[in-house]
Amino acid sequence: MLKVLESAVPVECWSCSVAHNELTLFCPHCSKIQPPQEGNYFSVFSLQPRLNIDVEALEHEFHRLSRRLHPDRFARASENEQEWSLADTALLNDAYRTLKDPIRRTEYLLKLHGAEIGEEHAGKNRRPNEMGASRAPADLLEEVFDLNMQLEEMRLAKAGGEEDSSLKQSLTEAKTKFEGLLNAVDGELHTQWSAWDEGDEAARHDAQNKMVALLDRRRYLSNLVREVNETLGA
Amino acid sequence: MADGRVVGIDLGTTNSLVAYMEGEKPVVIPGVDGSNLVPSVVALDPMPKDGSRPTVTVGNSARKALIETPERAIYSVKRLMGRGLGEIQQELKLFPFRIADDVEEGEVPRIQLGEMKFTPPEISAYVLRQLKRNAERFFGTPVKQAVITVPAYFNDAQRQATKDAGRMAGLEVLRLVNEPTAAALAYGLDRRKEGTIAVYDLGGGTFDISILKLRDGIFEVQSTNGDTHLGGDDIDNLLVAIALDEIYSENGVDLRREPSAVQAIRKAAIEAKIRLSSEPSAHFDIELPNGDRYQREIPREVFDQLIEPVLDRTTGPCRQAMQDAGVTPEQLDEVVLVGGSTRIPAVRQLVDNLFELSARGKKAHTDLNPDEVVALGAAVQADILAGASKATEELLLLDVTPLSLGIEALGGTVAKIIQRNSTIPASATEHFTTGVDGQTNVAIHVVQGERELAADCRSLARFDLKGIPPMPAGLPRIEVKFLIDADGILQVSAREQRSGQQAQIEVKATYGLTDEQVESMILESFDHAEEDFAKRLLIEARNEAETILAAVERAPQHPAWNQLNEQEQTNIVAARDHLVAVKQGDDMTAIREGTTALDQATRHFAELMMEEAVSTAIRGKTMQAAGDDLDENVTAPHPMAPAEFK
Repeated sequence: MLKVLESAVPVECWSCSVAHNELTLFCPHCSKIQPPQEGNYFSVFSLQPRLNIDVEALEHEFHRLSRRLHPDRFARASENEQEWSLADTALLNDAYRTLKDPIRRTEYLLKLHGAEIGEEHAGKNRRPNEMGASRAPADLLEEVFDLNMQLEEMRLAKAGGEEDSSLKQSLTEAKTKFEGLLNAVDGELHTQWSAWDEGDEAARHDAQNKMVALLDRRRYLSNLVREVNETLGA
Repeated sequence: MADGRVVGIDLGTTNSLVAYMEGEKPVVIPGVDGSNLVPSVVALDPMPKDGSRPTVTVGNSARKALIETPERAIYSVKRLMGRGLGEIQQELKLFPFRIADDVEEGEVPRIQLGEMKFTPPEISAYVLRQLKRNAERFFGTPVKQAVITVPAYFNDAQRQATKDAGRMAGLEVLRLVNEPTAAALAYGLDRRKEGTIAVYDLGGGTFDISILKLRDGIFEVQSTNGDTHLGGDDIDNLLVAIALDEIYSENGVDLRREPSAVQAIRKAAIEAKIRLSSEPSAHFDIELPNGDRYQREIPREVFDQLIEPVLDRTTGPCRQAMQDAGVTPEQLDEVVLVGGSTRIPAVRQLVDNLFELSARGKKAHTDLNPDEVVALGAAVQADILAGASKATEELLLLDVTPLSLGIEALGGTVAKIIQRNSTIPASATEHFTTGVDGQTNVAIHVVQGERELAADCRSLARFDLKGIPPMPAGLPRIEVKFLIDADGILQVSAREQRSGQQAQIEVKATYGLTDEQVESMILESFDHAEEDFAKRLLIEARNEAETILAAVERAPQHPAWNQLNEQEQTNIVAARDHLVAVKQGDDMTAIREGTTALDQATRHFAELMMEEAVSTAIRGKTMQAAGDDLDENVTAPHPMAPAEFK
C-alpha cells in the first residue's frame, strides 16, 4: 500500500464512506479497491525516487501487490472495481517492468526530473527510429567509421555467398571491444547513481547531465553491437 | 455459488474440451457419447424439405459428414479465426471448404457450408455451444461463464474473434488464457514447484513456446513465442500432398478437386501418422474412386525425414523465447510437453536436443494427457476467477503479450509503444498533435508485430481522433492511452489535454466483427431464462428416453432376445415400464435415472446383439447390411447413455 504523502487529502471510500488518504489503493476500513490515482512508478511501490534499489524486494512487493490488484481477483466484482483493478494492475506492471531494469529505471527517473532522453518524441510526426540516427561519440568516430566499412563489406560478401574469415575475425574483435565499452558505460552509470541518490541539489544536477550523456553513448554502442551481431549471425 | 459455475474450455484446432474443478482437482466433462474430446468439426444436416434451417451438428456426429458430404462440413476453423480474406484464401488451398462468393475485402470472410454461410467465429460458437451443453447436462444447471484458452501467439484480432465466438454461444468469457500457461497451471497445481519451466505446445494447428518462472504460487510468464500456423495439420497436409501427387503420376487420377477423396486420403494419412508414434512402420492403403488401390509402407525413418522441415520451424521460436527470457537451456528446471503432436517420437527427440534434457539427466514431462492438459489448466484458472476456493486461492497467473504493439510513424516505420513479452495488463500513453491549422481530427494506425515497417506488421485498427477544438497546428495535445487488458486485447481511450475535452475515437478494426454483427450472430437457440433451460433439459431427457424405449420395443423380435435368461427379460420389461411411467411426468432427474436403469438392464442384450451382428457379417453379409438389420440405437454402449450425474 502507498505511504501517506504530504499531498494526500482525505477522500471518502465509495463503498463504506469512511474517509481515507486519497493515495490508498484499498480502503483501510472495508478493504475495497479504490479508484486509481495518478502516481509515478516509484510511488506505486512506496519507494523514494532513487536509482539504487533492492530488486529482490521489488519483485517480492510486485508479487504481493499483484495478488491483491490483479483483474483475476475481480472477475466477478462490479464493473467499476474491474476497471480500477485493470488500471491499477497496468500501472503496477508498467512500473515493475521499468524499475527492475537498471537502464529503463535510470531513463525514467531522469525524465521525471525533466531530462530529455533519446529519440522519444511520440506522435505521428516522430522521426523514424533509424539505427545511425544518433551521432557517434567524438572519441569513437574513427573506429565507428572503420567498423561501418567492415560491416558493409561483410554484407556484400554474404550476399555474394562468400565467407571471409579474416573479416569475420576482425568484426568479432570489434564487437568484443565495443561490448567492453558498453560495460564501462554501465560501470560509470552505476557510480553516478550513488552521486544522484546521495548528493545535494548541485551534485544531482551534475550527475543528471553526466547520466544523460552516458545513456546517449550507451544507446549508440548497443545499436552498434546489435548491428554487428545481426551481420555476423544473418 | 450465486453466479453459477465457471468452466474451462480448450477450443482446439482439432478437438475441444470442457473441464471444471471438482474439489481440488480439475476434471474433463465427457460428452453424451462418453468421450472427453469433442472434435472441432461442424456439419450441416441436409436441407429440410419444408425449407426451414438445416440442423447443425457438432463433434463426433459431424465427423462422418467430412467424408460423406464434405461440402457441408468444416474442421480446423481455428486457423481462420481473426484473419482477413487474403490470408484465408492462401490457407484454404489446403482445405476443401470455400469462401462465400459475395465476401469483399475488409469484411470478415464467410465460409460456404451447403446452402448457408458462416463466419469463423460462428462456426466456433457452435463448438462452444456443444461444450456448454455437455457441461449443463453434466451439472444439471445452466452454465453461463467460461474461461477459454487461446494459443499464446494469437494476435489481437484472433483473440477478439474467440471472445466473439463465446458471446455468440451464450457464454460470458471471463478470461482468455494462453494455452501453454494453462498447461503450466495444470502441471504446477499439485506440485507447488519453484523454478523455471518451458512449455512446448505443438497442437493440431498452432505452435507455442512459453517460459515461466514459478514462485510462491505465482506463475510469471517470462517470454512466449510461436507460430499460429504450425501443427499436426501441416504434417497431414504434407502426407496428403505426397499421396495426391503420387496417385496422379502413377494412376493418372487427379483427385485434387474431389473433396470427398481428399478427405478419405487425409483420414488415412492421420491414421498412419498416429500409428507411427507407437510402431516402426505404418501401412497406407486407400481405394481410389476407379477401383485401383494406392498402397504405401511408411517406415518411421522416412516419416521422420519427411516431417523434419515442419518440426524445424519450432526451433527458431524456442531459441528466441529463451533469449527473450534471458535463460539458457541449462537454466530450465523442467520442460512440459503439450498438444497431441508431441506424441510423435521425432518431436520428443527434437525437444530433448533443444533443451539438452538427456544430457542433464532430465526428461520432458508427459504425465498429463497432452490432449487434456490445457482444458484442465483452464478449469484451474476458472476456479481462480470464481474465487472462494481453497485449492487455488494462492495461485496467480501473470501472462505477457506475445507481440509488440506499435503505431505507424512518419515514413511507414513502426514506433513501438508496448514491447513484446510485457506483463499484461500493460499500458502506454502517447501524445499526438495536429499538423495543419484548425485541423479537427488525427488518424492513428495501430499495428502488432516485430518488423520495422508498418506494412510488414499486422494491422490492428485505425483510430480517428475526432472533435479536436480548432487550434493552430501543433498546439492541441491529445493524450491517447493504449491498454492491453488481461485477455491480451487492446483498449484505447483519448483526451485532448488543453481543452480538457474527451476526444472521440472512432475505431475501425482492420479485421473483425462489429458489436452489432456479433449481436446478430448470437446463436438463436441459446437459452436466456432458467425456465427455458429446465424445459430444454426435460425435453432432452424425454427424447433420450423415447430413443431407448423405441429400441427396447422391438427387442423381443430380435434373435438375441431368446438368449437372455428369464430374469434378464423380466428386468428389462420392468425397467421399460418404469421409464414409460416417469416419462409422463415432469421430473427430469427421474427420467434420466429411468433411462440409465433401462440402459443398464439392456447392456447384456446389446452385447448379444453386437455378437450376432458380427457373426452375421462373417457369414457373408456386409457390415452395413448387418447394421441396417439392427436398430442402431441399441448398441453397447448406448449412444445416448447419460453422462454420470452427481
